[in-house]
Amino acid sequence: MLIKKSGDIVSSEITPKKVFMNRRRFMTGAALAGAAAVAGHFVGSMREPTQTVEAATLKISGKSPYSTNEQQTPLKDIENYNNFYEFSSDKYEPAKLAQKLKTRPWTVEIAGAVPKKEKIDIDTLLTQYSQQEFIYRFRCVEGWSMVIPWIGFPLSDLIKHVQPLGKAKFVKFTTKYDQGEMPGLKYGGLDWPYVEGLRMDEAMNPLAILATGLYGDELPKQDGAPIRLVVPWKYGFKSIKSIVKIEFISDQPTTTWQAAAPGEYGFYSNVNPNHDHPRWSQKKERRIGEFFKRDTLMFNGYGDQVASMYAGMDLNKYY
Amino acid sequence: MTLSNRQIRILKVLAFVACLGPLLNLVWKAVHILPWTSGIGFIAAGADRWNLGANPINVITRATGKATLIFVLMTLAVTPARRLLGQPWLIRYRRMFGLFAFFYGSLHLATYVVLDQFFDVGSMIADIEKRKFITVGFAAFVLMIPLALTSTSGWIRRLGGKRWHRLHQLVYVTAVLAIFHFLWLVKFDITRPVKYGGVLAILLGYRIAIWLVERTRSARERQVIANPRTTVPLS
Repeated sequence: MLIKKSGDIVSSEITPKKVFMNRRRFMTGAALAGAAAVAGHFVGSMREPTQTVEAATLKISGKSPYSTNEQQTPLKDIENYNNFYEFSSDKYEPAKLAQKLKTRPWTVEIAGAVPKKEKIDIDTLLTQYSQQEFIYRFRCVEGWSMVIPWIGFPLSDLIKHVQPLGKAKFVKFTTKYDQGEMPGLKYGGLDWPYVEGLRMDEAMNPLAILATGLYGDELPKQDGAPIRLVVPWKYGFKSIKSIVKIEFISDQPTTTWQAAAPGEYGFYSNVNPNHDHPRWSQKKERRIGEFFKRDTLMFNGYGDQVASMYAGMDLNKYY
Repeated sequence: MTLSNRQIRILKVLAFVACLGPLLNLVWKAVHILPWTSGIGFIAAGADRWNLGANPINVITRATGKATLIFVLMTLAVTPARRLLGQPWLIRYRRMFGLFAFFYGSLHLATYVVLDQFFDVGSMIADIEKRKFITVGFAAFVLMIPLALTSTSGWIRRLGGKRWHRLHQLVYVTAVLAIFHFLWLVKFDITRPVKYGGVLAILLGYRIAIWLVERTRSARERQVIANPRTTVPLS
C-alpha cells in the first residue's frame, strides 16, 4: 500500500497501523535496475511486524512546520532495524532484547547548573508539554537513512522551563544503565552509561526535540523509550535513547563514541557529505526500502535551520 | 576410517550441495515461496522484502562475505585435518572448497558492484583507493583469480607440482587480507573478525610449525652430508 501524505492530517490518523510496506517505490527502483530477478525479495507482501507496540496512543496537539513530506519509512523497519548497543551490537536483536527494559516508573533527572535540581516523572513530561508530530529524516553514520514520524516536544520547551544558569554552556544527556535489563552492557568496550551532548544553542534549536513516540504511539523500547533526543541534522548516534539524566554544564562533555574512537566520531557529528568517516564515504546513503543510493545532504537537508550555528567553523576540524 | 572411492565420491556430491547452503539460504529467504502457491506467477506474490531484513543489500553482502571467508578457512583446514586425522582422502575436497571460496567471493563482489554501488565506477574507484577495508578486500579477491584459473588438473601438470604449489600459497595472503577486510569494516564490535582471525592464526601457525620442524631437520641432514665428521665427535 502506498502511503499518501496530506498536509494537515497526522500520520497516525491516515495510515492504518502495521500497514506500511512501501513496495511500489521499491519495485520501481528494482525494475529500473534491471535486477528484478535478483531483487525478487524486495517485492513486498505484508507480514505482521515481529514486535508490536502495546501502548496507549499519544495525544497529539500539533504538527511541526519543519516536517518533511517525504515518504515515511515503514514502522516495521523502524522497529526492527536498530542500533542500541546496550542490548546488542546486532541490528535486529534490540527488537527482542529491549523488551526487558522497564520504562515505568521512569524519571528524568535535571542536574547541573539549574536553580532547581529535580527528578521529573515521565508521565509529567508527557502531560506537561504538548506533544507534536515531527516527521524528520534520520541519517545513521553507517550510511543508511529513514524518515520517521516522531511524536515529542521541543527540547527548548524543557530548557526554558528549568531555566539553566548563565554558566551552562552545554547539555549532557545520559542513558539508563541497568545490567539486569541491558544484556549488551556486559560486553564492555564502550564506556557506559551512554553519554551525549549538545552545545546550548544546538539544544535550543527548534529542530531539536525530545521524542516520546512515533507513528502516533509511544516509542517502541528498542527505539529509545520512554524518551529520547532527536537532532535530525546530526548522525543518528547523537540522538541518545532512553534518557535518565539531563545536565547543564559549562564544559564540553566527552561523548561515548567520541571516547571510543575520537578520530572517527566527533562531538558535533553533523551530517556532512564532505567529511568522510575515515573508513567509509559519507557522500551517499541508502534510504531503507529503496534500491538506489541517494546523495547525502549537508546537515541532512536542515541547513536553513542550523547552518548559521556553525558559521565560521571549520567543519573538517569540528566534525 | 577408510572410505572406498565410491563413498568418497558420494560424500563429495553431498558436500557440494552443502556448500551451496549459504546461497540457497539467501535465495530461500529472498523468494520465500509460500507453501500453498504453485506456479511461477505466485513466487513474486509470496516474496517479502523483509525476509532479508530492513536492509537486504547489507544482508546479502554480509552473507556472501561470510561464506567466502568460511570457505577460504575450510580450504586451509584441509591439509592440517588430513594429516592430524590421518585421512589423506580429504585432499580430494580441497579444490572444491577453494572454488566455492572464489564463487562466494565473486557473489560478494557482484553484490557490491551491482546492488550496492550499481556500477557507479567513480565511486568504486574512490572506494578502492581511499577505503582500506575495500582496498584489501578487493586485493584478496584479485589474488584468488589466478588460483581459480589454475585449479584444474591440466594446469597443475602444465605448471608442475612445485611451481603450482608456490603459486597457490597466495591463498595465505588472501586469507590474511580477508581478515583485515572484516576487521576494518566493523564499526565497533570486533568480536567476530577476531574469532575468524584466531582460526586463521591456528591454521597458519600449524604450517609455520611444520615448516620450522622441517627446516631444522633438513638443515641437520645437510650438515651431515656436507661434513659428516661434525656429528661424530673426535675422540
